[in-house]
This record gives sequence, C-alpha cells and structure tokens, in this order.
Amino acid sequence: MTMMKKALFGLLALAFAPLAIASGIDVEAPAAKETNWAAISMFVVFVGLTLYITYWAAQRTKSAKDFYAAGGGITGLQNGLAIAGDYMSAASFLGITGMVYLKGYDGLIFAIGFLVGWPIILFLMSERLRNLGKYTFADVAAYRFQQTPIRVLAAFGGVAVVILYLIAQMVGAGKLIELLFGLDFNYAVVMVGILIIAYVSFGGMLATTWVQIIKAVLLLSGATFIAIAVMYQMGFSFETLFKTAVENRGGNMDILYSGGFVSDPINAISLGIALMFGTAGLPHILMRFFTVPDAKEARKSVFYATGFIGYFYILAFIIGFGAVALIVGAEYFDGPKLIGGNNMAAIHLSSVVGGDWFLGFISAVAFATILAVVSGLTLAGASALSHDIYANVVNKNATEAQETKVAKIATLVIGGLAILFGIGFKDQNIAFVVALAFTIAASANFPVLIMSMFWSKMTTRGAVIGGWLGLISAVVMVILGPVVWTQILGMGDAIVPYKFPALFTVVIAFVGIWFFSITDKSARAKEDLDGFEAQFIRSQTGIGAEGASEH
Amino acid sequence: MDQAKIEKIKSLPQYQQLVKERTGLAWKLSIAMLVVYYGYIMLLAFDPAFFTTIVSGDHVSIGFPVGVGIIVFAFLLTGYYVKKANSDFDELTAQIKKEVE
Repeated sequence: MTMMKKALFGLLALAFAPLAIASGIDVEAPAAKETNWAAISMFVVFVGLTLYITYWAAQRTKSAKDFYAAGGGITGLQNGLAIAGDYMSAASFLGITGMVYLKGYDGLIFAIGFLVGWPIILFLMSERLRNLGKYTFADVAAYRFQQTPIRVLAAFGGVAVVILYLIAQMVGAGKLIELLFGLDFNYAVVMVGILIIAYVSFGGMLATTWVQIIKAVLLLSGATFIAIAVMYQMGFSFETLFKTAVENRGGNMDILYSGGFVSDPINAISLGIALMFGTAGLPHILMRFFTVPDAKEARKSVFYATGFIGYFYILAFIIGFGAVALIVGAEYFDGPKLIGGNNMAAIHLSSVVGGDWFLGFISAVAFATILAVVSGLTLAGASALSHDIYANVVNKNATEAQETKVAKIATLVIGGLAILFGIGFKDQNIAFVVALAFTIAASANFPVLIMSMFWSKMTTRGAVIGGWLGLISAVVMVILGPVVWTQILGMGDAIVPYKFPALFTVVIAFVGIWFFSITDKSARAKEDLDGFEAQFIRSQTGIGAEGASEH
Repeated sequence: MDQAKIEKIKSLPQYQQLVKERTGLAWKLSIAMLVVYYGYIMLLAFDPAFFTTIVSGDHVSIGFPVGVGIIVFAFLLTGYYVKKANSDFDELTAQIKKEVE
C-alpha cells in the first residue's frame, strides 16, 4: 500500500502544480475576472476528499469484479444517486439552465426528453440486465451468441460513444475551468485527465461510484439552494417569477411559450428517439446496473435515479427563469450577452443570490461534475477494451490478474486520449459530438441489446449486420447533417436535414437485425435460437445470475 | 441451466404467472409513458396555440403544469412498478427458486 500512497500523493502534487502556476498567471490577466479563491479552496477540498476515497477504494479493489462492478455491493439508493450523477453532467446542468435562460419554455421540453427514457429502462431493461450481465453491456448483448463478432461490435459502439462524450466533456471542462478559475485551458484538461486516471485505475468502480454520489449530492444541494433563493426573492410565486422574467425581456411573452423548438414533427420525434433510446444505450450508464447485488436493487436504483433527475430538471428550469429574472446589472454582461455565454447563466445566478462564496461553491460543483462524469466514461471505455476485446476476443484464457492489469492500462490509454482530444478539439466546433454519441448509442448499442433480450429469433448474423448498419448509418447521417455538412464543412444545405437522425438509423438497425436473422439458416443460427429459453428464464428469475462478492 | 431444469421451471405455475404479469405490466407502463411523451410532442408540433393558454395570473401558461406534470408522471410510474415488483414479483421469484434449488 505504501507504493499506492506514494503514487497517489505524486498524482496529487502533479494535479495541483498547474493550479499554483495558473493562479499566479491569472493576476496579470484580469480578463477572466480575479482569481476565485473561494472556488479554488472548495475545489481543493473536493479533490482531497475524492483522492482519499480513491485511496480507501484502492484497498478494497482486488478482483476484476471489484474493479468493474465495485464487487456488486452498491445499494439501490447509492446506485440511483450515482446514475443520477452520471446523467447530470455539466452539460445538462449548465446546458439546460442556459437553454431555459435563452429560450424559456423550450428548455423544459428538452429536459423532459432526457428524462422519459428512464421509466422505459426500468420497465424493460434494468432487471434483465442485472440478471444476465456481469461487467459490461456486451455481456448481455453477446449472452447466447458467437462471442467475437458481437463483442467487437459492442466494444466499438461503446468506445465510440465514450470517446465522443469525452471530447464534449473535456472541451467543456477546459473552457469552464478557464473561465471560473482563471486556469489555462491546457492545464485544466491535463489536470482533469490525471485526476480521473487516478480515480479509475486505483479505485475502479468503487471510487468512481462514490465520486458520482458525492457530486450528485453536492449538485442537488447547490441547485436546490439556488432555486429556493430564487423563489424566496420572488415571494414563492411563479407568477412573480415569470412576470419579472418577461419584464427583463422587454415585455416579450415568448419565453413563456414554445418557441418553435418542435415546429417540425419529424425532427422532434427523431430527437425524442435519440434521447430515449440513446440513454438506454450509453455504456457508462448500463454498466452501473452490474454494481448492485440483485435485480431488486437494480430496479430501485432506477426509481431513485428517475426521482433525482426529474427533481433536478425542475430545479434547472426554475434556475433558468431565475437567471432571466435576477441577472441584471452591467457586471454580468459583455454587451448584450452574458459573460461566458448563455451556459454561464446558472453560475452568474449563484453569485447574484449567494455572493462570492456561493459562486465558488457552484463553480467547484460544476468542476466536480465534470470530473465525475469523465471518470464514469473512462471506466466504461476501459472495460470495453479490457473485458470485451482483451478477455473475450484476444486472449480468451486470460487470468483475472491479467485482465485487471489490461483494464488499468486501458484506463491510462482512454485517459490519455481524453487529454489529447480535449486539447486537439479545443477550437473546433464540437456541437455534433453529443448528437453523434446519442445517435450511435440509440442505433447500434440499444437495438442489439434489447433484441438480444426480447426476440428469440435473433441470430449472431442478424445482430452483427443490423448493429453495424445502425452504427455506420448513424455516422454517415450525422456527417451529412446540418452541423457537420453545413456548419463545419461548409458544403451548403445539409443532405440529411436532421441534427439527430435517430428516427432513420434506429429503424435501419432494427430492420437489419430482423431481416438478416430470419434469413439466417446457418448452424450457428440454430444454436442462437436454442439458447434463448435458458437466457429468458435467467433474465426473468435471476437463477444463475452473478451474485455480490463477499468481503 | 440444463434442459431438465428449463422444463421444470417452465412448467411451474408461479413462473408462468410471473412472466405474464410482469411482461404485461412492463409493456402497459411503457406504452403509457410513450403515449404521454409523444402526445405532448405532437401537441407542441400541431397545436402550439394551445400552449399560449394562461392558467393562473397573467403569466403562468399551461405549458408549465403540463411539463412538470410529465416529469412527476414518469416518477410515479417508476414508483408504481417498483412497488408492484417488490411485493408480487419478488414473492413469485422466491417461490420459483424454492421449487428448483
């Protein structure tokens, strides 16, 4: 353990070096406001606490099951908070409050789209996943099929989603930290990268889970405080809140109504499908179902998660309107625009209602949010490489020790890639990456996973061809869409006029799976079909399912 | 799981009841959620004027209670499923396990 200790302290020192440097630089660069000491000290407390948890978790992380699934010993409530933590990224906290600030009611429509996938995951997936799976969603997708082709497909889809999501998070993190802490972008990205490598490689799923839980509690408390403070100033009257907001927009009532966000029904449905099915295909979320001891705790975790996420979106909505109503005064604006853009609405509002220390607290929470989400993603990506590719394709006779070692190397690789991509994509237009991540998750991961559990006639061939068709069509249609084709490549009108083409790509995947399964007359197909009954019984009863490890 | 055990479990009335009830409930609740959500999206797309209705004071439009209502509805659905599963489905599962293990 002393080696571990040394390594952790070394990382700690490395992680803080840039902070010290940057706070020195920042005094000369007042453009990003003065150095926010409140934010920095609260952030230091958070990082210290999470590193301590990592140290604690490292002593309890010995087997592969500990590393991937926290030994299966997380309770439903803890897992519900951790799922909420995974899902309430900085993008949704700052993005949804920013969207409400900008567009009013439309922000709520968007938030609802993010929520409604959860009940479906509970009703159709959570218990079955827990009963069938071990470490990754590919365990379930490949359950009764030929391992290699399905594992490769699932790992490819999983890692693609993780990398895209990481790009969005890292670039967002760098910019946010630059603005809040006055820290140089590249330092910020490197610091995030080093911290998450430490959490994940030493503490595995146990540390990642607790980082998520702490962050979720901090974020929910912080958001609750802002929302209550807003409502207090408005005399706890929504009428006053909306009225003040409308007055600040020059009497324009538009923010109270839908501003054409869903003017095109196909676009709206396609977005809804991407958000709903995409959520059910996110590898870092699916992986969380293997951390609980049984199906009962799995279903409870979704119940809690839905509650926390729904509550959070209602708060985000109040915060967004509170920002319209209460952020007045030249110090928050750069011309007509908010300093740092609309996504900073919640941050500025925290300063309005709670002063500098509370601004510091919320800034630190925003950073903690990024750290937590990035570690969940890194663990999911590393697991796909070590468990699905290494232990189930490359070296099928790998021992547990070998697999765990590869998992740690994979963590370094994914963490390193996150740093490189974060810096590389700094000045790129990355508006497409989240759309692409959700579209791939909805069109490759989700159809194969759900059909493997529900459709007795799916065969290896059908799953592989349908899954790849979904993945490829998702990539192609996003490239031909309005963000990449028109905005980034400047090729004129988009060939596919939808930002989220999931409506089409999901259908392509399902039809592909169906057609290439029913026409499959191979010997392997017979084996696939014969395996369904045993799989179905295990998915329903949990007989033969992975238990929690004892220690 | 060998073939004999599969046949044994399949023939248990508790197993058949479990599969039937849980599958039925899961699909019913899923459809309820989908209908509510896509109904809302369709309403927004085809009758945006509906959302300009003011329901309280001069500024609270109908969209707010509807939107928050959908979030609460989603949560209540999950609560209902969990309650039902914790009592009925777990009991049936325990009986099945007792029969075969």
